[in-house]
Amino acid sequence: MSGTFVGMPAFPEAAHRAVRDPVLRANLRHATHTIRAKRATAVGELSDWVELREAGRRIKDHTLRHLDRYLLRLEESVTAAGGTVHWAADAAEANRIVTRLVKETGESEVVKVKSMATQEIGLNEALEAEGIRAYETDLAELIVQLGRDRPSHILVPAIHRNRGEIRDVFVREMGAWGRPAPAGLTDTPAELAEAARLHLREKFLRAKVGVSGANFMVAETGTLVVVESEGNGRMCLTLPETLISVVGIEKVVPTWRDLEVFLQTLPRSSTAERMNPYTSMWTGTTDGDGPRTFHLVLLDNGRTDTLADRVGRQALACIRCSACLNVCPVYERAGGHAYGSVYPGPIGAILSPQLRGTADEIDASLPFASSLCGACYEVCPVAIDIPEVLVHLRERVVEGGPAVRQGNRVVLKPARGHAAERAAMRAARWAFARPGTLRTGQRLAARTRRLHPRTLPGPGRAWSGTRDLPAVPAEPFRDWWQRTRGGKDGAE
Amino acid sequence: MNSRERILGRVRRALADVTPDERPYEEAVGRRYLREHGRRPVERTVELLAENLADYRAIVHRCDAGELPHLVSRLLDERGAREVLVPPGLPPQWLPAAGPERIHERAAHTPHRLDRVDSVVTGCALAIAETGTIVLDGSPDQGRRRASLIPDHHICVVRVPGQVVSSVPQALERLDPTRPSTWISGPSATSDIELDRVEGVHGPRTLEVVLLS
Repeated sequence: MSGTFVGMPAFPEAAHRAVRDPVLRANLRHATHTIRAKRATAVGELSDWVELREAGRRIKDHTLRHLDRYLLRLEESVTAAGGTVHWAADAAEANRIVTRLVKETGESEVVKVKSMATQEIGLNEALEAEGIRAYETDLAELIVQLGRDRPSHILVPAIHRNRGEIRDVFVREMGAWGRPAPAGLTDTPAELAEAARLHLREKFLRAKVGVSGANFMVAETGTLVVVESEGNGRMCLTLPETLISVVGIEKVVPTWRDLEVFLQTLPRSSTAERMNPYTSMWTGTTDGDGPRTFHLVLLDNGRTDTLADRVGRQALACIRCSACLNVCPVYERAGGHAYGSVYPGPIGAILSPQLRGTADEIDASLPFASSLCGACYEVCPVAIDIPEVLVHLRERVVEGGPAVRQGNRVVLKPARGHAAERAAMRAARWAFARPGTLRTGQRLAARTRRLHPRTLPGPGRAWSGTRDLPAVPAEPFRDWWQRTRGGKDGAE
Repeated sequence: MNSRERILGRVRRALADVTPDERPYEEAVGRRYLREHGRRPVERTVELLAENLADYRAIVHRCDAGELPHLVSRLLDERGAREVLVPPGLPPQWLPAAGPERIHERAAHTPHRLDRVDSVVTGCALAIAETGTIVLDGSPDQGRRRASLIPDHHICVVRVPGQVVSSVPQALERLDPTRPSTWISGPSATSDIELDRVEGVHGPRTLEVVLLS
């Protein structure tokens, strides 16, 4: 995964800045709370939610366990339906394939429907370097692209922007990309959406090449599925002559029937709707309807490395609904940018360090970007145990150990910067094994408690920089217990 | 070694610890969820469809075969439509004898030509009551996918109760995966700006569904 934002600080530093931005916090709070409440209602409508969630988990689990079989089956079905399948081991290879395919059409611009996979591999930048302009057509992605900004949420990428900021971006930037914003544009959402409609329609109508991702790929039939709301997806998928879809290998499901599970759980978990406004399904090419040429680029880019991790592989079951972002207390305060990856929030905190490895400081910090409260696990429609994977990855960062990188077995060294934590853990182990020493230490701490600083000195500063130190009680618990129940057996 | 072999090799090595599960797929997954949510008489299912369509801001009408051309004529008039797009297999009796000029949908139309058409009338493959969804599968009474996408006003005729199913599982059972399909739940919409819902970003701004009995 090449998507580390260049110059991005590690999570604690980025979060530090974000929590001090009152506009960002207000935007995020409003958005996450609204969507959270609506989601609970939408899920409540289905009395069999627990069973649907379990079926979703099992389908994904089974598919991952036999991934080679289903990828081959998918390749066969897509090819039989008139599509061409390409395999890309990493971001660079995927970008090379797409660039070549676009060049072969003789075109120098493409319209894109929002896709996490193409963002992950930095496709727009790679195309730009080859003289091909990629137009993002999802309203939020357009806001992000025009504002030279980065997305901060899986589902609502411009969630950190309010209407006034969006208006300013449109007025300032639209002209440089095509049709300018209408004169006298105000900041009402309806007018802003209309400006985007006019700006993008001229691009849709002339587009010869479309680029997409997919929510699901059905191995049995070769069908691809894109779930969306605005209709920009339908435009990109049906108007161009050539369609190129870049999809992570984990998006395959075995059978057509499996869609009945995810088409019920995905919309309700993500936008809190019974069904999203538009879902497109296509199988290869169809005579006289839609693109004449269809290419499917199957992307690895760290997914097989993730699959090699017994605990971490469950992250590949993610259907990108973003419910975990909306319930996460850390995301709500820090915002998506602090995660420094296209996958923010709890799922990003376990997916990015696995796809990219933990060599980078930002990736090594992500497993710690959580309070482990478990809300993410509770809302996940495919029951990914995110806290379990977080703890597992923390251990890997701190202790090092075996892992797979680019298909090769490696032994990771403990990350730097965690020496204090390791030392503290070793000290704790030593003290807990010696009750006398522990008691003396606790009494000493109680007696000197007024002298304690608010932050820790030395390497401990890193820990106390983001936390309030707990107040030391006037009397250790063990002493209190002795004094109040001393000598008595608690069974009375 | 090419990337296909490399990726498949990595997958197989990554799964070396996994004991293969050779049970048939359906057994391994188990499906204890419901085929539909609550049992309803047919009329109630049609009512639920109408409620859920309206809840997502589609405009719902009901009529019988005799009234249909008048209703369609009125809906087109209300929009001031000068041209109406007609899929090749649309029953001709669904449309008024007089009224806006009929543009017969053909492969030769450019997207720019379709953008000048005001309205489109289509049938559908089926409709899903629990979600308020109509599904188009490119059959002759629906035309190509772009026919229901580019014009700003879409009138979709659903034959009730024959084309109505209760749930998503029942819908998938009846659809043919080899046909390209479009599932539509209300008009085009976005909530990207402060989560305020706005209709009509890129697809049709107005969706009218006629329940034809």
